[in-house]
Amino acid sequence: MRALAQAGEAVDQDYRTGQRARTAVIADTMAWSAGISYVGSNVVSLAFRAERGMEPAASPPVVTPRRRFLARLSLALSGLIGAVATVPVIGFLLSPLTRKAPRVWRPVGPVGDFAIGQTVNVVFEDASPLPWAGVTARTAAWLRRDDAEHFTAFTVHCTHLGCPVRWVADAQLFLCPCHGGVYYSDGTVSAGPPPKTLPQYPVRVRSGQVEIQTSPIPIV
Amino acid sequence: MLQRVLAWLDDRSGLITASRHALEHPVPPRTGWWYVFGSATLIAFILQVATGIALSTAYVPSSGQAYESLRFISEQALLGRFLRGMHYFGASAMVLLVGIHVSRTYWMAAYKFPRELNWLTGAVLLLLTLALAFTGQLLRWDQTAVWSVIVGAAQAGRMPIVGPEIARFILAGDTIGGATLSRFFAFHVFFIPAIVFAFIGLHLLLVLRHGISERTRDGNRVDPATYREHYASLLKREGVPFWPDAAWRDVVFGAAMVATIAVLALVVGPPELSRPPDPSILEAYPRPDWYFLWYFAVLALTPHHLETFIIVAGPLLFGAALLLPAFFNKGFRSVRQRPWAALLVVFMWTTIVSFWVAGERADWSPDFAAQPLPASVVRSTNTEVVEGARLFHAKGCEFCHAIDGHGGKRGPDLSDVRGRMAPDQIGTRITNGGPNMPAYARTLAPEQVRALVAFLSTRGP
Repeated sequence: MRALAQAGEAVDQDYRTGQRARTAVIADTMAWSAGISYVGSNVVSLAFRAERGMEPAASPPVVTPRRRFLARLSLALSGLIGAVATVPVIGFLLSPLTRKAPRVWRPVGPVGDFAIGQTVNVVFEDASPLPWAGVTARTAAWLRRDDAEHFTAFTVHCTHLGCPVRWVADAQLFLCPCHGGVYYSDGTVSAGPPPKTLPQYPVRVRSGQVEIQTSPIPIV
Repeated sequence: MLQRVLAWLDDRSGLITASRHALEHPVPPRTGWWYVFGSATLIAFILQVATGIALSTAYVPSSGQAYESLRFISEQALLGRFLRGMHYFGASAMVLLVGIHVSRTYWMAAYKFPRELNWLTGAVLLLLTLALAFTGQLLRWDQTAVWSVIVGAAQAGRMPIVGPEIARFILAGDTIGGATLSRFFAFHVFFIPAIVFAFIGLHLLLVLRHGISERTRDGNRVDPATYREHYASLLKREGVPFWPDAAWRDVVFGAAMVATIAVLALVVGPPELSRPPDPSILEAYPRPDWYFLWYFAVLALTPHHLETFIIVAGPLLFGAALLLPAFFNKGFRSVRQRPWAALLVVFMWTTIVSFWVAGERADWSPDFAAQPLPASVVRSTNTEVVEGARLFHAKGCEFCHAIDGHGGKRGPDLSDVRGRMAPDQIGTRITNGGPNMPAYARTLAPEQVRALVAFLSTRGP
């Protein structure tokens, strides 16, 4: 630190005694302004300069009741300004935690479209999509018709890390492309890293339509 | 005239003199090329700010429209493809260089007294760089990005107690949707860069305050009682002005880096967009950009019972490890006297590169593109053997097992299984499964198992 200050003094001395030509100043100025990469360090040097220029007074000011009051008032008001500026922002950012999406039943097709024993991919819309959600409002599920009246709907999300599992009909397995998780047709884990059985979505039949209840992405 | 304007400017603002102080401050001699990585990281960051601002003028941070705006930028906008490429390779450079910079600093123990805060602010900048890399990768709002958000949320969800809440915070709701992308955009372009700017300022201020570390010498110890004096006398004896004696290397390396980024952006171009960000398209193969590929591999290769521990405690331990050097601020700096430090740096890089290679191969992923085995591989006309070969593909065996180079690498290669297992063992394995293999008793008829055994029993020398 002292060394740096001394170096700075030396440069200042050069200026004062006129040992440095004005043209050198210009050349140096051009040199640093040419390098945009040094903008950052220039800003810092300002702070550095300020540090050198504004050493605190040798003895601190006498603390009078008036000064103490003004200092406390200023600190309190600064805190208030900070709180007004940040609390609503934090609340706004955390709003997804308090907003509970409703659960709704989404039709995915007439019962007759599904063959008994077959597992197929069905697509439906989230519970309350925002108008600008576009295709991201879509969700999929693996739907199997167990018998004439009963259906099972599996999530498409691997319980390992949420990747999309694929149903391989011939092998009767769900396979995950990310880290190689494998599930049997009933959703139980048969190989790989998944820690849990593939979750199911509520599914029902209403007026000839198969309906799936929207659910959060399962986080296990 | 110009001189007078500059003199006036300097008198009123102090800018020129202040810059001169910063640029001409004495630095230790013979610092060499190992000292260029910090400034190169900064140059890469400035490049990211410039290209990022340009891209943000056309990018639409809406879950429903970002993909189309990216296609517009990549395919129609003047220089759009180039700028996307610059931003991608600039990000790659920044991640790589910040990694090298932190390794170099640790290797040379430049974090020791009085530069502990330099290290800590640098540690924060390292983490922020990774945060920028993760959020930036997601702004390429295609299918891969959508699944990366879900994978990120699922990882956060492993945390005890607060996990599900953090996952909801990341997704901005129960599912991917309209709220998800604009938040990541705000974090990527406002929140994180603002903090990065502040910390870069602090980091550079500290560099000026303490000076850059001198080259290490065997046997030299850092003693807080005498170090400052030692450093000051070193500068007085042998110090050279930072500009241009040391800075020229920063500029040469920085220019070479920028040129490399520009050439890569031009020749290789930005990563192609995958399919649209539709979470209902299940034919996806999500994987992170190269700088997180090693972590993707860690998640695939970790023993299952340790996984939650690694996902949750790993980042915390990494963060804690970054704090540690600040507490070991005395003693030898030379790496010859700190063999464990050298070993640690080599170990870290070897680990990351090894996992990266594993992630690049991703042997654990089933090969969904496997084709039926050709006759040249089957090498038989026996009907049962031919049927077994057909089932080997049709029943999904080939997704995980390879034969003569056809098929996945998830399970053992079965090209010469005859030499390892008797036919009845093969049959038992197929019906009962194995430690990491499904049991096929319910999905295969006995004659199908027999056909598969017949086929596999022909595999071998």
